Amino acid sequence: MRAKRSNLGNEQTRTALLALLPSFVIFCVFTLYPVFHSLYLSFFNVSLISSSRSFVGWNNYAALIKNPTFQKAVLNTVIYTLGVVPVGIMLSLFAAVLLNNKLKFRGLFRTAFFTPVVTSMVAVAIVWSWMLEPNYGLINSLLSKIGIAGPGWLTDPKWALPSVILLSIWKNLGYNMVIFLAGLQDIPRDIYESADIDGATPVQKFIYITLPLLRGPLGFAAIVSVIKSMQVFGQIYVMTGGGPANSTMVIVYYLYQQAFEFYRLGYASAVAWVLFAAIFVLTLLQNRLFRAEGA
Amino acid sequence: MDARWLAKIKRGVIYLILCAMLIVMVLPFAWMVLSSLKEEDEVFTYEMSWLPAKVTFSGYVRALNEQPFLRYGLNSVLVSTIITMAQLFSSVLAGYAFARLKFPGRNLVFFIYISAMMIPQQALIIPSFMLIRRFGLVDTYAGLTLPFLAGPFGAFLMRSFFLSTPTSLEEAAVLDGCSRLQVLAKVVIPLSKPALATLGLFTFMQAWNDFMWPLIITNSVNMRTLQVGLALMKTDIYPDWPMMMAATVLATLPIIGAFLLAQKQFIESLAFSAVKY
Repeated sequence: MRAKRSNLGNEQTRTALLALLPSFVIFCVFTLYPVFHSLYLSFFNVSLISSSRSFVGWNNYAALIKNPTFQKAVLNTVIYTLGVVPVGIMLSLFAAVLLNNKLKFRGLFRTAFFTPVVTSMVAVAIVWSWMLEPNYGLINSLLSKIGIAGPGWLTDPKWALPSVILLSIWKNLGYNMVIFLAGLQDIPRDIYESADIDGATPVQKFIYITLPLLRGPLGFAAIVSVIKSMQVFGQIYVMTGGGPANSTMVIVYYLYQQAFEFYRLGYASAVAWVLFAAIFVLTLLQNRLFRAEGA
Repeated sequence: MDARWLAKIKRGVIYLILCAMLIVMVLPFAWMVLSSLKEEDEVFTYEMSWLPAKVTFSGYVRALNEQPFLRYGLNSVLVSTIITMAQLFSSVLAGYAFARLKFPGRNLVFFIYISAMMIPQQALIIPSFMLIRRFGLVDTYAGLTLPFLAGPFGAFLMRSFFLSTPTSLEEAAVLDGCSRLQVLAKVVIPLSKPALATLGLFTFMQAWNDFMWPLIITNSVNMRTLQVGLALMKTDIYPDWPMMMAATVLATLPIIGAFLLAQKQFIESLAFSAVKY
C-alpha cells in the first residue's frame, strides 16, 4: 500500500512537471529573468548600440531623481491618474446606477458604452486627434457655433494633458460600468424594499445601501484604473509625443524614449523599476484600504 | 396617481441623461465613419458639415495604396492567433498541474506566479527586447509572439476554474485506467469550454490591441501589426484626415463587428476575467 502510494506520487510529479514545463519555461525566460535583469541593468551604464557596460551603482537612480524631465513625467502621471480615476469611476458608477433600472434599450446603451473598451487605444487616439484638431476638428467647430474660440487642444501646453485625460475617461467608462452593473445586480432587491418601507430617499439608499455593498467592485475598479493609468503610453505616443513642452510627458513614455530613442538601457531600467515599485506599493495600499474597510 | 407621474418623470430624466451620454460615447465613431467618406480637401473648410457633400471611397483607396494595411491586418491576425493558441495550451496544462496534481514545490511556484501578475509589462520590456535581439529574432513573427506564449494570468485563471469544478468524473476516468494527461484531454478540456473561450478572447484582444511591444520589435514596414501601422501613419504636417479615418475604420471594423455579434462573451472576458474567479 505504502509503496503503491509513493509510486503514484512519482507518476503525478512527473506528469505535473511535464504539464507545467511550457508555461514555466516562457515564464522564466520572459518574466522572471527580465524582472531581475532589469534591476541588474539599472545599476549599469548600458547602451543599445555599444557592447561596453560599466557599473555605476546608484548613479542612474540619483540622476533620475534630479532630472527635471523625469520629475515632470512623474508629476504628469500623478495628475493624469488623479484626473482619470476618480472622475472616471464616478461617471461609470452613475451610468451603472441609471442602467440598473428596468429600461427599454438597456442592451443598446450597454453596448454603446462598452464599444470604446474593445477598440484599440491607437485607433481611438487617432480619431480623437482629428476631433480635437484646432481649425477643422469637430469639437472646435461645434464650439465656434456657440461663439467660443476653442484652444489648440493638443498643441497648447495648458490643454494637452486634460485632452488626453478626457479621451481616457471616455475609453474606459464602459469597463468600470459593467463591473459596477454586475455588482449592483448582486444586491438583493428586498434590502431596497425594506428601506422603502422605512421611508428612505433615493440618495439615502445610494449612500447607505448601494455604496457599502459595492465596496468590492469599487475597490477592484480603483486598483485596476490606477495601475492602467500609471502605465499610460499609447494615447501619448499617438496624440502628443509627450509634448508640447513636455506637458504630456509621462513615466512610460519617458522610459520608451530613453530606452528606444536614446538607447540608454541602464537608465531606462531604473525608470522601469521606479514604476514597478510605485505600482507595487500602490496596489498593496489600495488592497489594504479596501480590505480593512470591508472587514 | 401622483406617485405614478413621479415615476414617469423619473424615467424620462433617466432616458434623457442616458441619451446624452450615448451621444458622447458614439459621436467619435460616427465622426470617424463620416469623415472617412469625405473628399480629401472637404474637411478643410471652416463651415463644418456632418455629412459628406458627396460620399466617396477615395480615402479608403488612398489608405490601401499608401500603406500595406492588408499586410498589417494579416500580421495582426497571425500574431494574435499564435499567441492565443499557445496561451490556451500552456495555461490549461499549467492550471491543471496547479489545481489537480501534487508535486513538490507546487505552492511555492504558484505563489511566484501570482506575485508576478503584479509586474507591469514595461518593467520587463528592456530585458525582453535584449533577449529577442540576442536570439536574432527582431523583426520576426517569433520576436513578436515569444514573450506572450504563456503567462501567469492564464495559468491562474485556468487553475481557479478547475478548482471550482467537481473532480468525480476525473476520478472515475482515473479508476478506469486513464493516464492524467488522457483525463485532461478527454474529460477536463471538453468541460472547460466556457473558461477556454473567456481566456481565449481575452488573450486575443490583448494581443490584437497591444502596441508597445510590436512598436519596438518591428523595423520593416512588412512586419508591422495594425496598431503600429496606424500609429506610424500619423506623421505629416498636413494630415490627410479622410484617409486616416478610412484606415482607422478598416482597422477597427473587424473588432467592433465581432463585439456586436458576441457582446456577452466580450464583456465577460474583458471585464470579468479578473474578478469572477
